[in-house]
Amino acid sequence: MKARVTVMLKQGVLDPQGAAVQSALGSLGFEGVEGVRQGKVIELDLADGTTEAQVGEMCEKLLANTVIESYRVEMGPAGKSA
Amino acid sequence: MKAAVLQFPGSNCDRDLAVGFRRAGFDAQLVWHKETALPAGIDVVGIPGGFSYGDYLRCGAIAAQSPIMRAVAEFAGRGGHVLGICNGFQVLCETRLLPGVLMRNSGIKFVCRPERLVVATVASPFTEGYTLGDQITIPVAHHDGNYQIDDAGLEVLRAEDRIAFTYADNPNGARADIAGVLSANRRVLGMMPHPERAVDAAHGGTEGSALFASLAASLVAA
Repeated sequence: MKARVTVMLKQGVLDPQGAAVQSALGSLGFEGVEGVRQGKVIELDLADGTTEAQVGEMCEKLLANTVIESYRVEMGPAGKSA
Repeated sequence: MKAAVLQFPGSNCDRDLAVGFRRAGFDAQLVWHKETALPAGIDVVGIPGGFSYGDYLRCGAIAAQSPIMRAVAEFAGRGGHVLGICNGFQVLCETRLLPGVLMRNSGIKFVCRPERLVVATVASPFTEGYTLGDQITIPVAHHDGNYQIDDAGLEVLRAEDRIAFTYADNPNGARADIAGVLSANRRVLGMMPHPERAVDAAHGGTEGSALFASLAASLVAA
């Protein structure tokens, strides 16, 4: 099975990379981009039976720095991708 | 006096930091990150600058989980002295031995130049050799030196006089111009600027020397 972890800077935390992307989109002529936040996606291939709670623990201990980052866990069957 | 300087894959200031310690009279040895214990009789642990594990995931995050850092956390818990510089500061924040976090510089660019620092406290084994309010010039070289901490945390740092150095001219967006902070027991110092790159006239300045000398004097007195 797979888990997809999305790590994002918390709201209110300055995101210089997101701001740079927003500014670059503006200079390419894309109007109306009112905000950009840049985060990261971590895909885990997990042994069957691994629980969402265990993935949550991985996030708390290593994958996210919860001082500044929030995370979201999506559990899914193997091979699932959009 | 014995100093241990940690080496992670991607450390690049380890030998310079050992030289900084040696010039102040320490017997400094390098310790590989896979070690599970510090050598016997260590007085201070130095965590050097560099790009441990290529800064993968977050700066310092993977190094913070290495076997040697468990030993360092235990050492700090027993009241041991720890000096983390640049990537070492990031590692100390990731292990929660120091509060706060280092984020990408607000100007996004890597900053590499001498910076003027203000000595914000002399009440620590690392800074007692300076004069309060003195400006010293120490090089910085980092991409993620933007120190951030929440309001409550900043209040604690101020109330407990734990801000060691501030920038005279903030190069990275750090909250309250913070360049270095101390632990509650004042024996763990993390700082982004590199005092070990200012210990020889050939470096262009020697104003980092007093930090190592302070620590040595304080350990001798103890």
